[in-house]
Amino acid sequence: MNHVNPKWEFLGLTFNPSNILMLAVTCLVVFLIAFISTRNMTLKPTGMQNFMEWVMDFVKGIIKSNMDWKTGGRFHLLALTLIMFIFVANMLGLPFAIAYDHVLWWKSPTADPTITMTLAVMVLVLTHYYGVKMTGVKNYLLGFTKPLAFMTPLKIIEEFANTLTLGLRLYGNIYAGEILIGLLAGLATAGVGGFLGAILPAMAWQGFSIFIGTIQAFIFVMLSMVYMSHKVSTDH
Amino acid sequence: MSLDQFVLAASAGDGILDKLNTGDILATLFFFTLLMLLLKKFAWGPLMGIMDQRAELIASEIDEAEKSRAESAKLLEEQRALLKEARTEAQAIVENAKQQGDAQRADIMETARAEAARLKENAAAEIANEKEKAILAVREEFVSMSILAAEKVLGKEVSEEDNRALIEETIQKAGESR
Repeated sequence: MNHVNPKWEFLGLTFNPSNILMLAVTCLVVFLIAFISTRNMTLKPTGMQNFMEWVMDFVKGIIKSNMDWKTGGRFHLLALTLIMFIFVANMLGLPFAIAYDHVLWWKSPTADPTITMTLAVMVLVLTHYYGVKMTGVKNYLLGFTKPLAFMTPLKIIEEFANTLTLGLRLYGNIYAGEILIGLLAGLATAGVGGFLGAILPAMAWQGFSIFIGTIQAFIFVMLSMVYMSHKVSTDH
Repeated sequence: MSLDQFVLAASAGDGILDKLNTGDILATLFFFTLLMLLLKKFAWGPLMGIMDQRAELIASEIDEAEKSRAESAKLLEEQRALLKEARTEAQAIVENAKQQGDAQRADIMETARAEAARLKENAAAEIANEKEKAILAVREEFVSMSILAAEKVLGKEVSEEDNRALIEETIQKAGESR
């Protein structure tokens, strides 16, 4: 279990090549799913096109539950990419983890806080950007004094809290899932008794991890859109 | 573990760039943006296009259906009116025919009755005529026989011409007195 992360230094930046690899794999999988399902598109959808359209409608539903589609439509691509990316990333670490010479190479990229925090910060920065862009600087700044002026410090803290919870919730859930799967895998390889004892909880936990991975992808996108709607809509 | 690194890096303060995976942050952003652009180009854009197209198609189909529904309702109303008209017309025709038939029947009856009356009259006239003729014939015969009888009685020839006039006069008188 005592895996360490690989580490590369390049141009003064620290890279974790395992993260780079898994990000690339995630992107490739997401892209292939989206690419293959949108070939030979017809007005009357069949097969994979149905699936992709369902995903798009699902994301559209998430956005619509938070804001007007006229303002929310521009975040559709962002939300779609986020949910597919995070879902696939969560699933990648489930079937196995590959470690070579005690260096962990294959895992969920979302089991790394750097990546989840990057996504969370990116989303929060985007909410501020669109808040300023769509409601103007004045309204954006006034938004911090609502509903009451003395709550401004809390509102500022909230922004950081939102960022932290958004990123760390995803990381924590996926990382914990991988740890437990790793422990059960360790138990299973310990001996015949261990294998028999581990087989049931391992299967249960894998199933639960699929559930958690799906839910977390949904929650991440949902909260992103909630934060976004707080910034871009004027009726709050 | 990554979390330890992260927390340590955040709290240590010095050499933060060495401990924090700055490269990963940039890589994540890069990969995510790249993925978003690729999806936009290859999946989201075309799919949105086709979904919009479908929405448009459905909207136009609904309009079309609404229009054709109204049209068919109009046509139905028209047909109904036409049918009603035709029915009235048919009824009028039947009524007319019945009337005409009645009239014709009455006409025929009238003609037949008149014809029958005429035939009866004709027959009566003919009977009267025949009777007259018969009486005349009988009278003539009677005259001849009378003359014959008188000849036999008198035993001599009387001029038939003279006596005939006389006898006929007598018979006439007898006929009148009777």
